[in-house]
Amino acid sequence: MDLLYGVLVGPVRDMLSAPTFLAEVLIGGVAAGLMYSLVALGFVLIFKASGVFNFSQGVMVLFSALTLVGLMERGVPVVLALGLTIAVMVALAFAIERVVLRPLVNQEHIILFMATIGLNFFLEGLGEMVWGANVKKLDVGIPDESFKMAGILINKLEMTAAATAAILVAVLAVFFQRTKIGRALRAVADDHEAALSIGIPLRTIWVVVWSVAGIVAIAAGIMWGAKSGVQFSLSLIALKALPVLILGGFTSVPGAIVGGLIIGTGEKIGEVYWGPLVGGAIENWFAYVLALAFLLVRPQGLFGERIIERV
Amino acid sequence: MKARILTIALLALALTLAPWAGVALAQDKTMFIPLLVYRTGAYAPSGIPSANGFNDYFNLLNDRDGGINGVKLVFEECEFQYDTKQGVECFERLKSKHGGALLVNPFSTGVTYQLIPKAPVDKIVIHSAGYGMTASADGRWFPWVFNFPMTYWSQASAFVKYVGQQEGGMDKLKGKKIVHIYHNSPYGKEANPTLEELARRLGFELTLLAVDHPGQEQKATWLQVRRLNPDWIYISGWGVMNQVAVKEAAAHGMKMDHVIGNWWTGTEADVVPAGDAAKGYKSMTFHAPGAAFKVHEEIVKHVYDKGKGAAKREAVGEVLYNRTVITAMLNTEAMRTAMGKFGNKPLTGEQVRWGMENLNLTDQRLEQLGFKGLARPLRVTCENHEGNGVAAVQQWDGKQWKIVSDWIEPMRDVVRPKLEAAAVEEAKKLGYTMRDCSKEK
Amino acid sequence: MIYREAGQFKTSYAADQAVFPIVQDRVVVGAFLALAFLVPPMLASEYWLQAVLIPFLVYAMATVGLNLLTGYAGQVSLGTGGFMAVGAYAAFKLTTAYPGLSILLVFVLAGVIAAAVGIVFGLPSLRIKGFYLAVATLASQFFLIWLFNKVGWFVNYAPSGTITAPPRTVLGFMVTGPEATASARYVVALGLVVVFGVIAKNLVRGRVGRSWMAIRDRDIAAEIIGVRPLRTKLLAFAISSFYCGIAGSMLVFLFLGSAETLAFDINQSFLVLFMVIIGGLGSILGSFLGAAFITLMPIFLTNAPHVIGLSLPVALLKQIELMVFGGLILFFLIVEPHGLARLWQIAKEKLRLWPFPH
Repeated sequence: MDLLYGVLVGPVRDMLSAPTFLAEVLIGGVAAGLMYSLVALGFVLIFKASGVFNFSQGVMVLFSALTLVGLMERGVPVVLALGLTIAVMVALAFAIERVVLRPLVNQEHIILFMATIGLNFFLEGLGEMVWGANVKKLDVGIPDESFKMAGILINKLEMTAAATAAILVAVLAVFFQRTKIGRALRAVADDHEAALSIGIPLRTIWVVVWSVAGIVAIAAGIMWGAKSGVQFSLSLIALKALPVLILGGFTSVPGAIVGGLIIGTGEKIGEVYWGPLVGGAIENWFAYVLALAFLLVRPQGLFGERIIERV
Repeated sequence: MKARILTIALLALALTLAPWAGVALAQDKTMFIPLLVYRTGAYAPSGIPSANGFNDYFNLLNDRDGGINGVKLVFEECEFQYDTKQGVECFERLKSKHGGALLVNPFSTGVTYQLIPKAPVDKIVIHSAGYGMTASADGRWFPWVFNFPMTYWSQASAFVKYVGQQEGGMDKLKGKKIVHIYHNSPYGKEANPTLEELARRLGFELTLLAVDHPGQEQKATWLQVRRLNPDWIYISGWGVMNQVAVKEAAAHGMKMDHVIGNWWTGTEADVVPAGDAAKGYKSMTFHAPGAAFKVHEEIVKHVYDKGKGAAKREAVGEVLYNRTVITAMLNTEAMRTAMGKFGNKPLTGEQVRWGMENLNLTDQRLEQLGFKGLARPLRVTCENHEGNGVAAVQQWDGKQWKIVSDWIEPMRDVVRPKLEAAAVEEAKKLGYTMRDCSKEK
Repeated sequence: MIYREAGQFKTSYAADQAVFPIVQDRVVVGAFLALAFLVPPMLASEYWLQAVLIPFLVYAMATVGLNLLTGYAGQVSLGTGGFMAVGAYAAFKLTTAYPGLSILLVFVLAGVIAAAVGIVFGLPSLRIKGFYLAVATLASQFFLIWLFNKVGWFVNYAPSGTITAPPRTVLGFMVTGPEATASARYVVALGLVVVFGVIAKNLVRGRVGRSWMAIRDRDIAAEIIGVRPLRTKLLAFAISSFYCGIAGSMLVFLFLGSAETLAFDINQSFLVLFMVIIGGLGSILGSFLGAAFITLMPIFLTNAPHVIGLSLPVALLKQIELMVFGGLILFFLIVEPHGLARLWQIAKEKLRLWPFPH
């Protein structure tokens, strides 16, 4: 009886007794969730357009942040550094298409997944070799102060990240639905061979997709790098973005945002109110369990494409 | 098709070449110390200055003094990326090279635990300075493992003493709120039993908050901290958790001079991302920071000016760099002590162990070595492999770390009994017997 | 010509259904096993045993386990590290609670406990498929690691939070604990791997294996013809976790000696998955080849520069190692997407015809 009370009633009373704190937790959760969405977007883009689960997305976030910071440290002004980084990520997309995707065209998904794992190791070593393994401060002019609004502490950096994520999602959603290239991308995701047969240039599409994913990686890298400094552990963020991905659906851009919001708030509320009951630090698995619970109801994620099974 | 045949041929070639790897080279009139380092990977920001300190001090001794009493030091690095399995592989590969390793600084609690059972079998001393298995400070059970100058439990008690001093007396601690934010691993949990014991004795409210590895997202933890509104915060972190913790502390409006990290959570790398917001952040330490000491001049003169410096010139004097320079000094002084008894020739593992156990570093000796003000005098005994080290609190002022407290003695009366009980338990697992120190004088 | 199997007639069904029907295969495998049992304990240095062969055996066991689940039954799982942890902690609790039990029996019991846990965490597979299932199994990975970190009972309330293998003997030889020689541990590990490898090989050739492959290839059609998905999938999870559990206890008792939860984290899961994919999905031999590739390649890459005489700073070496490792994975996938096992098969086919090209 005591146990039930402790699990079901206690935390809820806790939540309701301090509404401003609850609001802070919710806002914090939203902000964290949107930062996860930024990373999840990269996964979604590549999966949507080429059916490849890009294991190396986390390392691409790290690599782009390293390049940006590395250039800035050498005295390149911010805007030019940003432009050069975008150029580097586009060049990387070309290289990946040529070296990884073209020889493995039409292989099973798990083979392509493994190829991105090889890419992961390669980029890790390359990034560290070129830019060094120290922690680097990332300062692109985004302030990291907090201010109080109606008694709730709000962090400027997180709000900027949230806004960036929202804008990116809106732009990408329009891109996929309204433009010619967006349609072509969706066609390629559906069936490579069919798309080829109607004349869609597969290679160009893949380069475009991986470049866009690279740019999204830069955005994610900037936000997370500003938060914790640019260093190797940035690539581990991908693990936190995976529950967002499975909850929202692998192929849905708005799903990444909604998934991020749900996971972010769920995680924080779980940790703050239920965590102390079991000793804390439940954030990691709580997010996955939450995603799992949703999956049991909708096995393809909230907004994912319905998997039509045929005999 | 051709590619496949080529691949098969290459694989066959690789398999035949592999056994010839790792050929050992014998050297005479030298002593070998393997260096387990992590210059790449997630923990590289801490691993790089640590590795450089060792390199530079050993190079200094070889260059300026021709080694220790004429016997040169040979050292070889092995990169293990802070991964326990790779660390064990490094150790196994290096331990018989260059005439046999004498002493190793594992620089990772995980690897230390792996090597502790091997130490008496391979006859290699383990020096886990300020980390590792705290229970091994009881030298009666663990003759081959040393953790001087201080252990985590003593550090926690020193932290509480400092807080008491700041509050105006240990009796003023009653009713105060202290939060311990720790890395959710055995390392992070080390300080908890001591803190809980002291909370019971002194009456302060202790809250323990765990941060899951790797600790990149700590919002939930710091929201809880804000709700608690504690008087003091103690952080036992490692890797990216440190940088994020400092940033979050500042972002959530904590008074930075009431936030104190342990000695692995107070380095330059930890405050860099937070920038100006980290000003006022404090941490524990057992040595002084900065490059204003005589030994640094010597290192610059004999090592850097000759182009053999391991680090960037500005990195000389960083917290972790100093720490390993001091650790290297302690190792070499132990060897010198051993030579005093066994003669000026290359030593064996047993002899180095004796030297470590009978190390007596006085103020005068420290001054001779150029460590005056940087390190503290130290006395190691057979029972006490922790030595009589003391701690201090340093503060980051935006540009560098500065010591802002006196040297604090840990509460040995609280720590030692628990340590001895833990030692009995850990030694039983390994099937050790206790030795009688009085018989070994 | 070397590998001609013409002229080998079978006179009984049993002979025809043997695991190695070709005499050359039997001879080679037999010789190889004999060499494996006799040569390394006598001749190999401790470095080779401790840092190369024993980890290879431990990971081979885990890879066989994951291959059964992912390669044969088609359920992608990233919870391998968690199940290895279950096996390791279960073995630790069992052997400290009942010191008289033979350590081999303890391993098997630990595997059974891991199998039970595997069944529980395999339940989502009945509803979720493909990559979604992979990510869902991560829930089990993170939860199990958190559990072992949090609950002190699993480490017998040790202040250090690590589990240590207590000294245990088999037939009078010390096989675990600090006194055990690397040779003794190697022989025990090899024995376990051989026994369970044979069991796995026979499993996949029989009804169970065929039902797994049916579920993997066309699960709706399989259900229609009578393969029960619930039992088949859960059985796959159970047996796979059994193998991973034994691998986990081998990791702690025969390889490392002591471990904390960090030894079983997400990187382990990914590592074993890489071994499965590189070695070849759906192939027992492939599991061994993949495990060999991934455990030996980094060691080879670390030592190679020394052999050539190149002396680079260790950090640069490690980074180049990473790049080469990633590059090699890409290279192998492009050359042979179905893994090393397929390369081996092609080699055997070529040997059949050698010196003729076709």
